[in-house]
Amino acid sequence: MLQGGFMKRKILFALSSVLILLSFYMVLVYVPTEKNMGIVQRIFYYHVPLAWVAFLAFFVVFICSIMYLVKRNQKWDYIAHASAEIGLVFISLMLVTGSIWAKPAWGVWWIWEPRLTTSLILWFIYVAYFIVRGYISGEERKARFGAVVGIIGFLNVPLVFLSVTLWRTQHPPLTIFSGGLEPSMLLTLLVCLFAFNFLYFYLLAEGAMMKEDEYNINLLKDKFARRNN
Amino acid sequence: MKDLSDAFIIASKDILTEIRNREVLSSVVVFAVLVIIIFNFAFGSSERAAGLVAPGILWATFAFAGILAFNRSFVMEKEEDCIEGLMTAPISREAIYLGKFFGNTFFILLVQLIVIPVFSLLFNINFFNLELLAITILATLGFSSTGTLFAAMAVNTRARELVLPILFFPIVSPVIIGAVNASALVLEGQSFAAINQWIGILVAFDAIFIVASYLIFSFIIEE
Repeated sequence: MLQGGFMKRKILFALSSVLILLSFYMVLVYVPTEKNMGIVQRIFYYHVPLAWVAFLAFFVVFICSIMYLVKRNQKWDYIAHASAEIGLVFISLMLVTGSIWAKPAWGVWWIWEPRLTTSLILWFIYVAYFIVRGYISGEERKARFGAVVGIIGFLNVPLVFLSVTLWRTQHPPLTIFSGGLEPSMLLTLLVCLFAFNFLYFYLLAEGAMMKEDEYNINLLKDKFARRNN
Repeated sequence: MKDLSDAFIIASKDILTEIRNREVLSSVVVFAVLVIIIFNFAFGSSERAAGLVAPGILWATFAFAGILAFNRSFVMEKEEDCIEGLMTAPISREAIYLGKFFGNTFFILLVQLIVIPVFSLLFNINFFNLELLAITILATLGFSSTGTLFAAMAVNTRARELVLPILFFPIVSPVIIGAVNASALVLEGQSFAAINQWIGILVAFDAIFIVASYLIFSFIIEE
């Protein structure tokens, strides 16, 4: 049901490849070095899109999980599951790039700042999503329990953010780009944002299709296992 | 309304079972006191240290103890296929959730009723006032609303002891942060005005997750 759309995936792949190559050029060559933070600030052109896509991916998990529980169409679980995978990869990369930036900028790899803490807890919630699915037998139940974690996990995000913000109010607000963004920097950031968005949708299309194949193969396996017994 | 009265019947069944065999309460209380003692070894017992870490120790202990109690409440149903009986009974799935939620909340409050005096005694801190009672009740509702939901899920997986804490801890982190900070402020001698932001977070968490768990529970035990 998700098969087909071959052309669409080809176009998404081409677009994201071109934009990511362009982003390499823009981040490494085109954009001027920020004067306060120096060369390390360039990581932010990847860090911000990674964060954005991770949250977008988890939002997609949330919506598709609701749709799955309402409609009971396996299609929604393929999308939710694939999106959770991409989201987890992106949020991990975001935590890593953030740490690489934090070490020279703040002198430490990690601080318990609201955004960092929220991202870390989010990371754990979606790791739990995969652990739970891994310990369940039966494709339909996997989808159902996955959807429950996808919904409850996302509902938790604003509360986690609110509580860690209150908890760490003494920390000064972080300004990544103090005093607005230089047009060339904004342009670079936008190119990176578009690149990662297209990459996300491309990976989602491919991932959801793979989940469908996986599901069908597992059904066949179950069928043969039962016949042989 | 029928849901509510059904829920009370299920909760009273759990409480009656507990009165008959005293399985959960005694072991959870022993476990909780043990955790407190371990923390005491870890952080030292000087008066200054105790004042700083006491709220943290208390809420970490209840989070750990909660895991045991929540797991037990569904393992008990699963072992003799009692859950099948509950599901074929003419009651809604939501009533089963509410019943389990009431029962679990009651058990945790009972554990706290025993453990908090012991804790006060060991750490030489006075824990008895109205603000702390409010924080305790709100945090316990938060723990047991999500704990009950996830325990129902964990019991249907291959590694139930592992799955529950992995799901439970990240989700209840706002409750733990809220309860620890609010209790710390109260112990410093602050009044309701100082802690109302934290109370707000606890109330919001309870409201969101009681409603969400209530609505979503039927999807977990459907087969």
